[in-house]
Order: sequence, then C-alpha cells, then structure tokens
Amino acid sequence: MAWWNRKREKREASQALAEKRSVPSGLWHKCGQCGEILETQRLVESSRVCPKCRHHFVMPTIERIALLCDEGSFVEEDTTVEPEDRLGFVDTRRYVDRLRSAAKSAGVPDAFREGVARIEGHEVAIGFFVFEFMGGSMGSVVGEKIARLFERALERRIPAIICSASGGARMQEGILSLMQMAKTTVALARLREAGVPFLSVLLHPTTGGVAASFAMLGDIILAEPKAQIGFAGPRVIEQTIRQRLPPGFQRAEYLLAHGMVDAIVERHDLKARLGQLIRLLS
Amino acid sequence: MADRQTLEFERPILELEAKIEELKRLGGSALQAELRQLERRARRLQEEVFSELSAWQKVQLSRHPQRPFTLDYISRLTADFFELHGDRHFGDDGAIVGGLAQFSGMPVVVIGHQKGRGTKENVRRNFGMPRPEGYRKALRLMELAARFQRPILTFIDTPGAYPGIDAEERGQAEAIAKNLEVMARLPVPIIATVIGEGGSGGALALGVADRILMLEYSIYSVISPEGCASILWKDQQRVEVAAQELKLSAQDLRRLGVNDEVIQEPPGGAHRDPEAMARSVAETLSRHLAELVAIPKAELLARRYQKYRAIGAVRGA
Repeated sequence: MAWWNRKREKREASQALAEKRSVPSGLWHKCGQCGEILETQRLVESSRVCPKCRHHFVMPTIERIALLCDEGSFVEEDTTVEPEDRLGFVDTRRYVDRLRSAAKSAGVPDAFREGVARIEGHEVAIGFFVFEFMGGSMGSVVGEKIARLFERALERRIPAIICSASGGARMQEGILSLMQMAKTTVALARLREAGVPFLSVLLHPTTGGVAASFAMLGDIILAEPKAQIGFAGPRVIEQTIRQRLPPGFQRAEYLLAHGMVDAIVERHDLKARLGQLIRLLS
Repeated sequence: MADRQTLEFERPILELEAKIEELKRLGGSALQAELRQLERRARRLQEEVFSELSAWQKVQLSRHPQRPFTLDYISRLTADFFELHGDRHFGDDGAIVGGLAQFSGMPVVVIGHQKGRGTKENVRRNFGMPRPEGYRKALRLMELAARFQRPILTFIDTPGAYPGIDAEERGQAEAIAKNLEVMARLPVPIIATVIGEGGSGGALALGVADRILMLEYSIYSVISPEGCASILWKDQQRVEVAAQELKLSAQDLRRLGVNDEVIQEPPGGAHRDPEAMARSVAETLSRHLAELVAIPKAELLARRYQKYRAIGAVRGA
C-alpha cells in the first residue's frame, strides 16, 4: 500500500470494515485498472466505481445496503445467530480464533446480513454476503440465514434478493458447510414452487459452493461488470489442465456470452433495475 | 496382488495371507496346526490395523482402486438393469451412469458416479469426475423416476466435479445447483449411499435424499484433504492432519447428524469381499426403502425439508 493510502486513526467497526480486502482507504486511491488517482471521498460518492474506466471496486456491505435499500428501510433480522465450532477445527490457527478476529474487524458475527427492506417502495426480503468476513465463505450461520430469508419471503409473499460475494463453502466447518448448499437450496425450492420471485445478484467474486447452489438459481440472475463467477477456482483449473486460462474466463461478460446470466448491470443502475424487475414480476 | 493396488497398512496383512496360501499349497497334515495359528494371527493383525485407522487411512480405503464401484453394486444388487445414456443437450458423461432396474422386487431408477479401473477406463470415466452433462443426465433420469413413480437409489463415489474450462463453460455451477433444487422436491423416495469418495459439490449433486447412508470406510467432505492442506496449511504434505480436522469419515458424519446409517464393511474393507459388501448394502437399502415407500408424498417432502433444514451448527435464535 502506498503511503498516501495509509491513514491510521480510531474508527467505528463499520468504517474498519471498509478497509478490509481491496476496499480503498485513506485519502487517495489508485484505480487498479486504469491507474487513475482518485480521491477516496469522491470514489465513495460514486459508489466505488472509477469515474474514468468504470472499474467496480469491492464495495463494503454497509455501503451496499445503503445503495440498494430505500433510505432507512432496511430492518435487519436474525442478528443473534452466531457461529459455533462443532468440528473443533484447527489449521495454522484455531477456527474459533479466526472467527473472533473476523468478527472484530468486520463488525458482524458472520458473513451474511439479512432482513426486510424496501426497494423503490416494494417490500423485499434481502440479504448480503459480507465478503470482509472470511471471504464471504458459507458456513452454518450463512446457510441458516439464507434459509430464513427464503422462508420469510415465502411466508410474506415478497420477492427475495441476495447479493452474493463469496469464495464458496467454509472449509473449517467441513461437511456441515457443504450441506449448507443443500439447506439453502431446499428452502429456495419451496419459494420457487410457490411462484415468489428470487433475484440473484452476483458480485465479485461468486464461486464454489455458493455459485453451485442458490446463487445460480435466481429466477433472474444479474451480475456486476467483470465479477468473477464460477465453480472451480482458476488456479485449480490451471493445475488440472496445465494450460493458461483464456482472458476474461469466468468473468460476468463470459457468463453472459455463455448464457449463464440474464444481464450485466452497472452498480449505479442496480437499484433501478431491481425495482423494475420487481414491478414486472409481481 | 500388484503392489500399487495395495495400501501400505494393508501390506503386512496381505503378506501374511500370502504365506498362508503358500503353506496351504504345500499341504501336509503336519502343517495344520501352524496354518490355523497363522490364520488367527492374520485375523488379529487385520482387526488391529482396522480398529485404529486414521482419517487419512480411511480416505485411502475410500479411494482403493479395487473397491467396488457403482456398476459393481448395480450388477449385484439389481435385476434387469437397462442403462440409459445422454443428457439430451450436449453429450453422454461416462463419469455418471444410470438407468432403470428392479431392486428388491420393485422397479427403481439407479444413478451413480462411476470410476474406472486401468488407464483406458479411467479416461473414459474421467476418474469419476463429472462434467455438467453428467449432472444433467442424472437430472433427466430423476425426472423420469418422478414421472413413473420410481424410487431413486444413488451411489456416490467421486473425487469431485471436473475442474476444466469446458465444464465451467457449460455451466458446472448451475448444473449442480439445479440437481439440488430438483432433488429437494422430487415426489419419490430417494436414498443416497456413499460407497467410496464423497467429494464436495460433485458428490452432493446426487446427494439430496430422504436417507443418506455411508459405507464404513467411505468419506464425505467439503474439500479433498489435499486441497484443504494446500489452501489452509499452504503445504500439500499436511494431508493427514487435514483429513483428521475435516471430520470426513462415515463415523464423524454420523456424530454430526449428517448420515442416517453407517453400513459395516467386511473385514479389511469392501474390496476384500465385494459379494458380502453388496449383500449388506442390499439388506440396508431394502429396509430403508420399505420404510420410505410407506410414507405419504407430502409427508416425505416435509421430512426431507426438515432433514436438510436442521443440518448445521449455530448458536442463538
């Protein structure tokens, strides 16, 4: 990180969250794509999209909520659901310690937030992956919250929306994390049978077990530009086939070309397009 | 027995057995006492080794090249098998097989991952790693089963989904997801049996069921121990500890409330006596199937929902 990106001071949890991963912080930020030097304040105001090249930076979940929900309409649910280390998993660190430090830096107990909100006046059951929390990996808490989101949408007959950003299943929860793919999908299957719409928004990145379950089952699937979407990770594929991957492989545009998503939507347009889809489907 | 077909911890047992065979060939009543003693020793040794298998040793057994594969079970368990091919969209995937058959006096649909023996067959079967057309063939057969009210028996045995450009191009993620969704609501009984390796999403794509059964030395995991070691330990050599931490054995999954029953294997594992293994699988499957066919459809689906809805470890309301 360049010196002009460094700015250390006491912050609220929500602000600390903004610093994780490639989320720009400090006074200035350099666009990773076109090299433009951007004032961070300006970048945030432009929804973290480079005004010059339209590169979409990773957006902290708290800003994503503000971007999509009508002002003050998001009422978060299930905030007391917390992870439990049933396996007693230890790799180079204990899973419980990883959880503790992730919760501290992300300001939330696990990698998913959900509740009820309004989008252009329409009531929706909406959820957001918190990529800042262990790469948005799906363990039991994420699976549980997604199942509850779908159940709430079904009960109230309101559209379900999930913004996915996840590396996939959370290894530290072993088979229980794999089974969250089934748990979320059985809940979604009921919703779809009842004809309640599910709009799936794929952000960078949406891979592994999240892609291979509910995320690719949206009645409508939208993706942000250049988002990486796929099942197997690029490194695993390269090691298996022992050749370089084609440029643009597993990017949103590649998925659109292969018929896997309905549309690529720029961030500033996302709320309006979701509102339009809700109108057209309800 | 070819060396590379033998696991290291099996070797002393097999060597002792070879010696016994040799003595038997030599014959002579003078050797009878010694033979019996050696046989006892071989049995004890096997019991000893197999009573304290590590997680990694179970992984190795689950991948044993001589372990019975799906078609071995289908041929021993069912009558009148008619294999069906193709997904009607793109191709026929040799890594997943399936078709119509009779089991326990009942018409059923059987589907499973298929590994190969030897290089040629392994290429044809892609080492049991399905591509999207494999999942879509399975989906087609499951929908066929629902249409004709046939219970479904699936056999899980795969290292995982095939990580290739073509598989991604044709929508691997969507193909797996679709199977989960359809299996959740199929109005016929489904029993999934993990016979060897239950590798991640590729396994789960045949795994949403009313009953999940696992053979004693089968495994079921979110990621291979090799993959886990290289990601979390940044060291591929740490497979043994990764296997241990992942809690992937049939016994671990029973404790975690994921499978419904562990089917005991013959001494030394399924590959030492495939006939006996198939008999136990048949007995267990027909018992569960008899229970499931008696459950009204709505109730069956409600229970299936609850089964998956309840899996996980969370605190707080």
